[in-house]
Amino acid sequence: MDVVTSAMPLYAILISLVTVGLVLARPQKPVFREFCTVASAIVKLLIVLSMLPWIRQGAIIKYHLLTVLPGLEIALRVDALGMVFALTASFLWLATSFYTIGYMRSHYEEDYANDRSVDRFFAFFLIAMASAIGTAFAGNLFTLYIFYEILTLCTYPLVAYDKTPEALYNAQKYLAHLLGTSLLFFLPAIFLTYYYTGTLDFSTSGIMSGNAPDSVLAITFILFIAGIAKAALMPFHAWLPAAMVAPTPVSALLHAVAVVKAGVFTFIRVILFIFGADLLKELNPGYYLAYFAAFTIIAASLIALRQDNLKRRLAYSTISQLSYTILGVALLTPSGVTGSVLHLVIHAFGKITLFFAAGAIYIVTGKTEISQMDGIGKQMPFTMAAFTIASLSMISLPPAGGFISKWYLSMGTIEAGQLALLAVLAISSLLNAAYFLPIVYRAFLKPTLAANGQQVNIAKIKEAPVFMVGALMVTSAAILCFFFEPGVFLDLARMIVAAM
Amino acid sequence: MIKHFPVLVIIIPLLLALIAPVAGRINRIYSWVIAFLATLFSFIIAAILLYQVMYSGTISYWMGGWEPPWGIEYVIDYFSAFVLAIVAFLAWLVTIFARKSVAAEIEEKKLPAFYGVYLLFIVGLMGMIVTGDIFNLYVFLEISSLTAYALVAMGKSRRAPLAGFRYLVIGTVGATFILLGIGYLYIATGTLNMADLGARLPGLFNSKLVITAFAFFAIGFSIKIALFPLHTWLPDAYTYAPSAVSALMASTGTKVGAYGFIRILFTVFGVRVFLEQWVSVPHFLIAVSSVAILMGSILAIAQTNIKKMLAYSSISQIGYIILGVALMNPTGLQGGLLHILNHALMKCALFMSVGCITYKTGITSVADLKGLGFKQPYAMAAFTVAALSMIGIPLTVGFVSKWYLAMGSLENAMWYLIPVILISSILMLVYFWRVIDNIYFKAGKPIAEVEVSDAPASMLIPTVVVAALCLVFGTLAFIPVSITEKAALLLLG
Repeated sequence: MDVVTSAMPLYAILISLVTVGLVLARPQKPVFREFCTVASAIVKLLIVLSMLPWIRQGAIIKYHLLTVLPGLEIALRVDALGMVFALTASFLWLATSFYTIGYMRSHYEEDYANDRSVDRFFAFFLIAMASAIGTAFAGNLFTLYIFYEILTLCTYPLVAYDKTPEALYNAQKYLAHLLGTSLLFFLPAIFLTYYYTGTLDFSTSGIMSGNAPDSVLAITFILFIAGIAKAALMPFHAWLPAAMVAPTPVSALLHAVAVVKAGVFTFIRVILFIFGADLLKELNPGYYLAYFAAFTIIAASLIALRQDNLKRRLAYSTISQLSYTILGVALLTPSGVTGSVLHLVIHAFGKITLFFAAGAIYIVTGKTEISQMDGIGKQMPFTMAAFTIASLSMISLPPAGGFISKWYLSMGTIEAGQLALLAVLAISSLLNAAYFLPIVYRAFLKPTLAANGQQVNIAKIKEAPVFMVGALMVTSAAILCFFFEPGVFLDLARMIVAAM
Repeated sequence: MIKHFPVLVIIIPLLLALIAPVAGRINRIYSWVIAFLATLFSFIIAAILLYQVMYSGTISYWMGGWEPPWGIEYVIDYFSAFVLAIVAFLAWLVTIFARKSVAAEIEEKKLPAFYGVYLLFIVGLMGMIVTGDIFNLYVFLEISSLTAYALVAMGKSRRAPLAGFRYLVIGTVGATFILLGIGYLYIATGTLNMADLGARLPGLFNSKLVITAFAFFAIGFSIKIALFPLHTWLPDAYTYAPSAVSALMASTGTKVGAYGFIRILFTVFGVRVFLEQWVSVPHFLIAVSSVAILMGSILAIAQTNIKKMLAYSSISQIGYIILGVALMNPTGLQGGLLHILNHALMKCALFMSVGCITYKTGITSVADLKGLGFKQPYAMAAFTVAALSMIGIPLTVGFVSKWYLAMGSLENAMWYLIPVILISSILMLVYFWRVIDNIYFKAGKPIAEVEVSDAPASMLIPTVVVAALCLVFGTLAFIPVSITEKAALLLLG
């Protein structure tokens, strides 16, 4: 395997941090801060794309930044897995940056131009993106841990953004879960890994093999699973619904893509690159994890059924869908891992579209509860069309991309001979249908009723600002594209499997 | 000239300490200028000594040319040069900070006397570090203790004299134990030179006299460093002392006490006795320090006064240092030594940023800090950085300490210490985040009507510099590690 030394991954992280400085430099006009945000998102995407050809040729990009302590290095590494996450995050970041501008303009109207807290909002958003890309490109467990923690810390102000007692309470819950688990479980797992192996570098064959006794392996494995709460595996999931108090762009990009995907990404990294597929196949703790994930898939879906608040329903759906990814990688079969990696991407596109739609509805109508959304599809046809496509992807019906990843995941369960897990996937699809299709039905087919029970006729289309609608149209179009051409992501997933 | 640096680092500030109150009679500001020059001078010399030790090894200075063990010897090795540099540097920064802070908190006519006592305190600490003679150590310990009692009592609050008196009573008991320990060792060996004691003591470890001497040292130093449950003097002393004094004492006072204890443990008694004969001693210390780590943090959560909260947090942090030391392996000991630096930086930044709050608003309660993050942005940013460092976020100094302590625990197969370290991190998260929530995120009625701005630059710059160092030494941790590595090996022989 070729190893290329290049500072490109560093630039991909730094570009956002440089923009933080520009945004905070108190621009005279809000359009300056908008321009900076969009420009840096474009540059970031281009930098990530510029590394793609190398990765597709099978090379790995490495960059050594500095040695903190002997053995603890800050190093970057771009490989197929990191590329998948970085591509997804930086593409969706571009869409979100437009969406955020539209959302914040409409929501904070007069305050938008003058309020320093909007500057800070953009600044912390940018730091969060830098750390998400940092997580994707981390070259060893220590670097990954740094970005993982920074991601938690810099999203805290975003969750607590409204400064109401409710927002603060939920933000504290958020921090307690994420930082608490990472300090109590993730960190000791890193201690043990380093103590027994003497390194924290990622390796395609894993670093644990032959270095630690079985009992230590088991403890470390459990600590990792408990410590990576960003993946929202039950019972460490309560932070995700709590995070829904944040403004919708935050929920959309961070709590459907960047933060939670950083969690499942870390899971995949740890399973494949720290333990290694061979070692885990031998010891077989993967199936326990798979059943754990299966439980989360079903339980979270059942809870989602009962949520009337749209964002909370989406949050529980995210918890359920994240466990698909975990289940896939826990199976350790070629199709399982392929499905897992594809699902990481496709769910991101689907869920961000759903959140975009929820935010658009809120901005236009002020409605947050599903029971209020009768007939909203007539008023906001574009938004609800995108919502429908994304729902299909969640249910994994063609012609949406979700079908592809579900296909591979199902193949994975068959390869592993776990038909019970196949049944879980099927039931989950039904449950997804049960909580997404009624929303679509309400939106398009139910008449809108006014408070007095009179039917209201909606004659005029009233959509969200163009930046918002544009963003969700693009992401929903991407979902359709995945069905017909999974292309680059499928190739990258296959490369990951080939290296296993 | 260079030959005499080890003694000049003591003598010059000592002389200036005597001049400062007199000069202050001409003009109040002179006493501060003298304190500033004295600490700056000490810092420069300390830096040069550290450099010399790194390039040419241990420096031994014979007072008056008398050869040890007959004369008093000053020894600058990796360990003492490291701690000396920390103390001198922070003392200098705190002195810069003190000019405005102390002027606001202490009556003007007391200022000359304050700076005299203040310098003597620093001299006492530095003397304890450089000396190689155990009785000389006691003398400097008393200088620093007596001045510390006075400094605490000078606080603005009505309760400061009582806190100072309480500290005096308990501190004197501690000092007396140490003096008795020294006396017993002298009876047993006939020498007071530490290196000489280290050579003569093996073989005497079955003597009841030596065992008693060790027990007295352990108790005496435990009081001096406020090791739980002998910590009771510390919270009030730190809370009611003037801000600059709290910052100085919290960052250097207990650390030098810990330095003395480490010297007694490793240079005088030597590590072998603890590994081979008195094996219960390290186990006992580990147990006590684990309790200290947890209890300090738990008690800190219960506090509403921010300075008291930081004081209890110090009790927990002292536990970290002693835990690392008691592991008695190179990695763990390094963790303890690094934590001397790391905790000094963090606590100094925390107390100085609280000093900035006090200077402008007089607030002491955590709940009153609402919205202050946007009114005093620099001071509060410094506080936040130091608080994150205490919690142990990677790339801060707190993480480095934790890393070495955890690795040291694993090397001793004491995995159960890791939960102790990490649970304490969680507790710190609880009480520090409460402050962070108040200063940045809690809406409510703060001191909104009053226009509050950041403290003057002479207070802010030292605060921000120390907070920045928490990040610098957390990211470039190999710099302090290159020194503590050698210091630990030297101590473990």
